[in-house]
Amino acid sequence: MWELVERISPYAVAFTVPLLITATGGLYSERSGVINIGLEGLMVVGSFAAALTIAALQPVMGGEALWLGLLAAVAAGALFSLLHAFASVSLHANQVISGTAINMIAGALTVFIARNVTGSGNIQVSPFARFDIPGLSDFPVVGKLLFANTYPTTWLCLLIFAAAYFVLYRTVFGLRLRACGEHPQAVASAGVDVGRIRYAAVVISGACAGLGGAIVLTTFSGEFNGTVFGLGFLALAALIFGQWKPLGILGATFFFGFASTVATSAQAIPALAYIPGVALKTFPYVLTLLVLVVFSKTTRPPRASGEPFEPGKR
Amino acid sequence: MPIFDRRSRKEALLLVLTILAGLAAGAVLMLLTGNDPAAGYGYLFRGGLMSLERAGNTLATAAPLIFTGLSVAVAFKTGLFNIGAAGQMLIGGFCAVAVGLTADFPRPLLLAAMTAAAAVSGGVWAAAAGWFKARFNVHEVVSTIMLNWIAYWLVYYLVPAYFKGPFATESRNIPAAASLRTDWLSGLFDGSYINLGIFLAIAAVLLCAFLLQRTTLGFALKAVGFNRLAAEYAGIDAGRSIVAAMALAGALAGLGGMTLYCGYAASLQIGVLPSQGIDGIAVALLASNSPWGVLAAALFFGVLYSGKGFMNAMTSIPPEIADTIIATIIYFAATSALMEKGVDKVVKRLKGGV
Repeated sequence: MWELVERISPYAVAFTVPLLITATGGLYSERSGVINIGLEGLMVVGSFAAALTIAALQPVMGGEALWLGLLAAVAAGALFSLLHAFASVSLHANQVISGTAINMIAGALTVFIARNVTGSGNIQVSPFARFDIPGLSDFPVVGKLLFANTYPTTWLCLLIFAAAYFVLYRTVFGLRLRACGEHPQAVASAGVDVGRIRYAAVVISGACAGLGGAIVLTTFSGEFNGTVFGLGFLALAALIFGQWKPLGILGATFFFGFASTVATSAQAIPALAYIPGVALKTFPYVLTLLVLVVFSKTTRPPRASGEPFEPGKR
Repeated sequence: MPIFDRRSRKEALLLVLTILAGLAAGAVLMLLTGNDPAAGYGYLFRGGLMSLERAGNTLATAAPLIFTGLSVAVAFKTGLFNIGAAGQMLIGGFCAVAVGLTADFPRPLLLAAMTAAAAVSGGVWAAAAGWFKARFNVHEVVSTIMLNWIAYWLVYYLVPAYFKGPFATESRNIPAAASLRTDWLSGLFDGSYINLGIFLAIAAVLLCAFLLQRTTLGFALKAVGFNRLAAEYAGIDAGRSIVAAMALAGALAGLGGMTLYCGYAASLQIGVLPSQGIDGIAVALLASNSPWGVLAAALFFGVLYSGKGFMNAMTSIPPEIADTIIATIIYFAATSALMEKGVDKVVKRLKGGV
């Protein structure tokens, strides 16, 4: 049994990481008071930018192109999220509508451009290689679980996640950002520009989601085709499931990651072969619903989320 | 007449400008990719409208969009964001297909049974999300996303297990008696795949317009959407309204699933969430949640979607331009405040000049 867990673990972590980084991005945006339904689209944009960059550079410079691809994805996600920031912060637009538009534009526009550039809607890249972290992977118990067969991007994302925790809870910017999501008028009365903080938050969410999309591409998918398989929406669900808190998100995304991986690899596991496939596949979603039913009474989204900032309102 | 008051006239003008801006953005994209926009749009609209057959196909494409658009709009009216129309379509469509493949009724009875199965199953599926929201405060965006994936996997396993077709990714074809396509209608439109779904959809528009504007239930749904606390203070059971709104939304989406799988297509595809679920959001947004607006918006999208294949065949413009145009229109709809300012400025200048 333990051997099994050890075998599944790397795949589960690989699946979790893009969810985690995207949900972390969503955390910035929503804690600042801007709902970001567009995470899925921002992931697609990231995946596309990375695919274009990598496909162009990989023949020339080999593996290093992957990192440039991630960088391009971060930039593209940040840039594209400006559309959402402009609509929802500057124009006081309905944030759900704007986010939905982002999703639709991303899905359509990237495939449109891909077809024009490469002649097909798909772009293939060769993904990152897995590696064992020397020393640490020989550690008893956790070595095999966490430090063997990992992608370099996993560590990058965990670092960004830790940084996000620090920024949101230990810096002035983070305090102001969270206050913008609760009571923006109070922030404004302290002489802080609410619009600028919200812009920054949305752009950070775009950068993170773009990175998440690129990680899907450069780890387990290896192909851009205009979707990220609903992972952006799943990240959104994890954000709400995790009650808009960093550790909650960490738990929620790991739960999704492990549950989905167990479901996909069930055929190869004798102990799970007796459980019908449909039960395994629906398990993470059903359990999420149940957990939400139990805990939602006490959940509270950021008070001002979804509300355009009106300085005169009290 | 409310249609002619000043406010709505301005809204109508903004809507037209929004659509034009979307089309202009599409034209810019065609130019940037080295294509001729005039030719592109010529083929796009001709592909959707130039013959009776193509017009029929446009109507067939629009029917599921009308249903999902209504579904999202009804939920929006009550302040709920139904992102789960796709899952409700799958469940409704699956139940309709299941009845169509197993029941041995005479055609009118069979179609009625399929309609009931689609509406009830889709309604129950979505009502669950409504109940979770009303009773346990579960955010409907998360619960409907979860329900989408549960529907996806349920159908993924149930179809091959009970209704296996010649291809691994599809159900068996439904028999002619269970199809929404009829000879007289297809004949009328030169063999297009138009089907009874469009009549069902128009009936649904009428029903929703009546329900929302002329009934107590409709008033309660809208009141909860405007201000839940005020509605409760006025004695409206907000929880019940939320469940009712989701049930209605799900029933509409379920019927959309039936028109998709038993009218537009003849079998149920597994392994994919129907894209009409998300497009329904766009339809509802463009229509500002009015049932008649949904009809118009869905027909417009129907033209773009059924014309894109023809355009792609005649030019080198990828078919995704249609989705891009629709998406851009939605973005312009979201940012219409900007356009409104522009319109106000122009109006002021015109008036100031006198």
